[in-house]
Amino acid sequence: MDAILFLIFATIAVLCAINLVVQKHPISSALSLIGVMASLAVLYLLLGGEFLAAVQLIVYAGAIMVLFVFVIMLLNAGAERRSNRSLMATLFGVPLLAAFLALVAYVIQRGLPPTEGVYFGGFTQGTPRAIGRVLFTQYLLPFEVTSVLILIAIIGAVVLARKEI
Amino acid sequence: MQSMTSVPLSWYLILSAILFALGVAGFVIRRNLITVFMSIELMLNAVNLSFITFSYQLKQVDGHIFSFFVMVVAAAEAAVGLAIILTVFKNRSSLQIDDISSMKY
Repeated sequence: MDAILFLIFATIAVLCAINLVVQKHPISSALSLIGVMASLAVLYLLLGGEFLAAVQLIVYAGAIMVLFVFVIMLLNAGAERRSNRSLMATLFGVPLLAAFLALVAYVIQRGLPPTEGVYFGGFTQGTPRAIGRVLFTQYLLPFEVTSVLILIAIIGAVVLARKEI
Repeated sequence: MQSMTSVPLSWYLILSAILFALGVAGFVIRRNLITVFMSIELMLNAVNLSFITFSYQLKQVDGHIFSFFVMVVAAAEAAVGLAIILTVFKNRSSLQIDDISSMKY
């Protein structure tokens, strides 16, 4: 059951990611990215990350992608122009990418020590309670620094969106 | 008993590597500023999957915390980045990165 779910959603994620790279129109890419994020949320759930699966859907697929789609529609971004690409790049790009991925897969397979497989329920620390406990004790300082980062991001966005730059 | 249905850990890592490589490919190939930016988000997602996989393997929640921080940084980055894209579009009225090759004028 775990393997079937993994294969289904991993396939969806990879197909959506390929679609993101291939599509000419930004809105198609944005919808593909939402597909990637939703299937990754299922994989997080399989890995025991209940809280992160919810956050992935709410923050990533919800908030950030809405921002992207909003900007795409605001700017009325059409399909991109073709730039004059060299023949060599189109000929060798995809095989080289596939060869690189095969190499990475080989290294990961060989480099990992033999481990027990991943099964649903094997990790139960991903609940909001466990994450909140660690976040507000051990990682309290990074958490507070993050709030400063978000404040800077807000100020930066407001400054950039003013009339004259 | 669990080996019947379990998934090897390396599959998750390989999936993460595939998604990251596709993100890099999109970053290099695409000529639209917004699509390039979305490729960066894809790379961040791939890294998050690696973090959570290792967190499962080590049976520690730290990877989830890192992943959470990556999401926060991604949200802040998206807000600022899209504001920059809006400003660039206002000044150049184009989203093609071929047209935005100079830093000034």
